Amino acid sequence: MKPGMNEVENIPEKKLLISKKVDAFFLSIYNVYIFIKRFFRQAFSPPFEFKEIINQCYEVGYRSLPLISLTGFITGLVFTKQSRPSLAEFGATSWLPSLISIAVIRALAPLVTALIAAGKVGSNMGAELGSMKVTEQIDAMEVSGTNPFKFLVVTRVLAITFMLPVLVIYTGLIGMLGAYLNIHQNELTSFTAFFNSAFKTISFLDIISSVVKATFYGFTIGIAGCYQGYYAKNGTQGVGRSANTAVVISMFMIFVEEMVIVQFVNAIR
Amino acid sequence: MIPAANKETVISIKGLKKSFDNLTVLNGIDIDILKGENIAVLGRSGSGKSVLIKIISGLLKQDSGTVTVLGQEVDKLNEKALQELRMKIGFSFQNSALYDSMSVKGNLAFPLVRNKRNLTSKQVNEAIESVLNDVGLSQTINQMPSELSGGQRKRIGIARTLILKPEIMLYDEPTAGLDPITCIEINNLIVKVQQQYNTSSIIITHDLTCAKTTANKLTMILDGKFLTPGSFEEIFNSEDAAVRAFYDYNFINNKLQS
Repeated sequence: MKPGMNEVENIPEKKLLISKKVDAFFLSIYNVYIFIKRFFRQAFSPPFEFKEIINQCYEVGYRSLPLISLTGFITGLVFTKQSRPSLAEFGATSWLPSLISIAVIRALAPLVTALIAAGKVGSNMGAELGSMKVTEQIDAMEVSGTNPFKFLVVTRVLAITFMLPVLVIYTGLIGMLGAYLNIHQNELTSFTAFFNSAFKTISFLDIISSVVKATFYGFTIGIAGCYQGYYAKNGTQGVGRSANTAVVISMFMIFVEEMVIVQFVNAIR
Repeated sequence: MIPAANKETVISIKGLKKSFDNLTVLNGIDIDILKGENIAVLGRSGSGKSVLIKIISGLLKQDSGTVTVLGQEVDKLNEKALQELRMKIGFSFQNSALYDSMSVKGNLAFPLVRNKRNLTSKQVNEAIESVLNDVGLSQTINQMPSELSGGQRKRIGIARTLILKPEIMLYDEPTAGLDPITCIEINNLIVKVQQQYNTSSIIITHDLTCAKTTANKLTMILDGKFLTPGSFEEIFNSEDAAVRAFYDYNFINNKLQS
């Protein structure tokens, strides 16, 4: 494959093997494999786009903070509120901090953050790159001596892969804060007692597994968003479809990855 | 008036073929473009004109045939060599393809700072001011592409290619969608670019006035092949029915516009 060529478009047309839809499905999996391979090849070859990576980290991370803060806080608060009646039946409301911490750190923070990021960042990547593709801005970048894959795709995928774990930790803390406020309001538990009880049940493996999960989720969102945008076609309709497909695929893959990683972590726990 | 071209060949195309699925758009294109020469390529929509210049710039790959630009076969170059060659080729897109997220200054600075990393910000600013003066749009430096008119966008698109001082210019429908007055301004700009930057150009167009004003030679893509290039008068006097139909339509259109 020549550098600068559109690898997907250069796959030769062949006769149908099974049916149009089945062939297209397997071809798209192959195309994503090529895309990921190209990503790794270009991510580790100079020149490195440090300035653009930092710029994208700002876009992906800092600009997501308000939404992540709100959803993280509400998640912690609502989960605590919904869990209380069940525990109260057994007089076990003192277990709330440990229950909440396990739920938030192990599952809710990574999942909620990833789903929010898929909706906000993934769709943004799909739409932005899709729009650039259909208006020939990517071609313009290429003919002016810039590698658009490295400048647009590698930087965005790296940014979301680096930033999602940070956002997950942040969401976990904000979620715990929401839970604390609810518990404090009802049981008058002190801040120190709450966090002491909460973090007693959290192991290092829980935090590491959440960070690892978030890294995979971030990579998935980045690849899905950029792939859909980079190969968008059919004008403005194609841009909308790229953004939409990026979100749907990201969310689906996040749940699949969650299932696989949870099995793996439980096996080594 | 376009100055006479000299003998050095800057683009040489031999037996170029390109198909999409079962549709053959280029079916054996042969042409040599000399240094300082402007050649206009006419043809109906979908006849493969834009495909031709995308192959020349390495955006698309041909099925067969050779495309040699400044002595290098485009499809045989590695990434670095292709990037270096592209710095010598300016590509003006049909819809200008300005980067929406950047101002005019950002659009012009982008190719320069990325390809010539040792330039100081003062040198970059001077280069930007210089090309903006050349296209007559100094006042737009801080505007966003969405704030520009169609003609201004075209001119900024041309300025963005000129900032790297290319040896070859590829214009894709430079006057498409513009009013007649702005078309004249763009035509004059293409001639000015050739004279000032000593470029060789391929001008893809439907517009006969543009072709006549800007090019030394004209050719037309018919059934995937080039008509023998010639002067405006030579092509105009062609007896080929498809050529006549193209000319007749343009003249009716021009008459209506005037």
